[in-house]
Amino acid sequence: MTVRSPTPAGVATASFPYVLRHGDDNLILAQQLGEWISQGPELESDIALANIAVDHLGVARMLLTYAGELEGDGRDEDALAMGRTERQYTNLLLVEQPNGDFATTMARQLFVDAYQVELWAALTGSADPTLAGVSGKAIKEASYHLRHSSTWVIRLGDGTEESHHRMQRAVDDLWRFTGEMLTPDAVDEQMAAIWVGPDIAAFRRPWTERVTAVLDQATLQVPTDDYARLGGRSGIHTEHLGHLLGELQWMQRTYPGMTW
Amino acid sequence: MTTTLLDRVREEVGKVVDPEIPVLTIADIGILRDVNVEGDRVTVTITPTYSGCPAMDAIRGDVAEAMERAGCVDGEVRTVLAPAWTTDWMTEGAKRKLLDFGIAPPRALGVGPVLCPRCRSDATHTVSEFGSTACKALVVCDSCGEPFDRFKEL
Repeated sequence: MTVRSPTPAGVATASFPYVLRHGDDNLILAQQLGEWISQGPELESDIALANIAVDHLGVARMLLTYAGELEGDGRDEDALAMGRTERQYTNLLLVEQPNGDFATTMARQLFVDAYQVELWAALTGSADPTLAGVSGKAIKEASYHLRHSSTWVIRLGDGTEESHHRMQRAVDDLWRFTGEMLTPDAVDEQMAAIWVGPDIAAFRRPWTERVTAVLDQATLQVPTDDYARLGGRSGIHTEHLGHLLGELQWMQRTYPGMTW
Repeated sequence: MTTTLLDRVREEVGKVVDPEIPVLTIADIGILRDVNVEGDRVTVTITPTYSGCPAMDAIRGDVAEAMERAGCVDGEVRTVLAPAWTTDWMTEGAKRKLLDFGIAPPRALGVGPVLCPRCRSDATHTVSEFGSTACKALVVCDSCGEPFDRFKEL
């Protein structure tokens, strides 16, 4: 184990792919949660999901804007969101998994929220001041998101026979996509080496503890299979992302450069 | 000359209100961070409450108009993220105005009772952590039955 000494902020700059991947995660999550608008089981949960979607969209806009600046080819947030193909998106496979029933959405959100509270907390100390600034806001919002998803997973898991069954099924179905968040690739390692990003492998323990505590309280079984499905970070996606992008990008694909 | 331009900009920009909470100015809430004049160049710095706050675009436009009214010819509205906005920046006067407007204000350090803006009872319970906007939660008063928004501590 290496112990590093603290580095003053502002001495390093994040790379384009690193900022892009985190922007992509949040953009796809925002799009997914937006699909719940008018479909939520009750008005309050409908509004809550829309609000959480707006938080993720706000983070995505800041990160994609910054990614465009780092790339230096004149692409702005819209060009990056609307002009890239499926293979050029580098979001986690987990965030592109369909909403399914409400239990499936809540399981996905719990897994992501438990990861993002670790991520933003760590990035708040990033040597890249822009990334630190974005994270300083996002961490506050992520705590609310985690509380929201945890509450629902507990309520559904420790609810009726039907809700318990569906919640367990959702947790089991999505479990294989959780390892990707905790598995560093070359981009993560490059960023960790220059103090811009954290060692995400170190998130495994706090993430597992947090998720286990919620699942225990929800009377749900914690899956034991540690197989991790990877690919999102290198643009190899599940079949769902193409459909999602088809809807997200339809207008700009049909009427390129359209504004209102 | 520079001082008067600064005064005029401060006065005009200080009048800009939050489009979602029109009883509060952006200075009351803590969104307005700085007004700076160097020669003829005016820079107004604002910070978002939440990352995705949809009111920011409207506020940015309102600030630009206020700068024009103050006679700025060379002005810029800057958005900064750090230090991250906190409800602690909301003035005590602003919190009173919020309560009178019907929104329970954020509590210092997030502790203490949530008062019903209608009957001032402290017997209230949260219905949802997310209310009409990202910065508010939905609460119901157990005494008078009034449903109301609470500005969340952040």
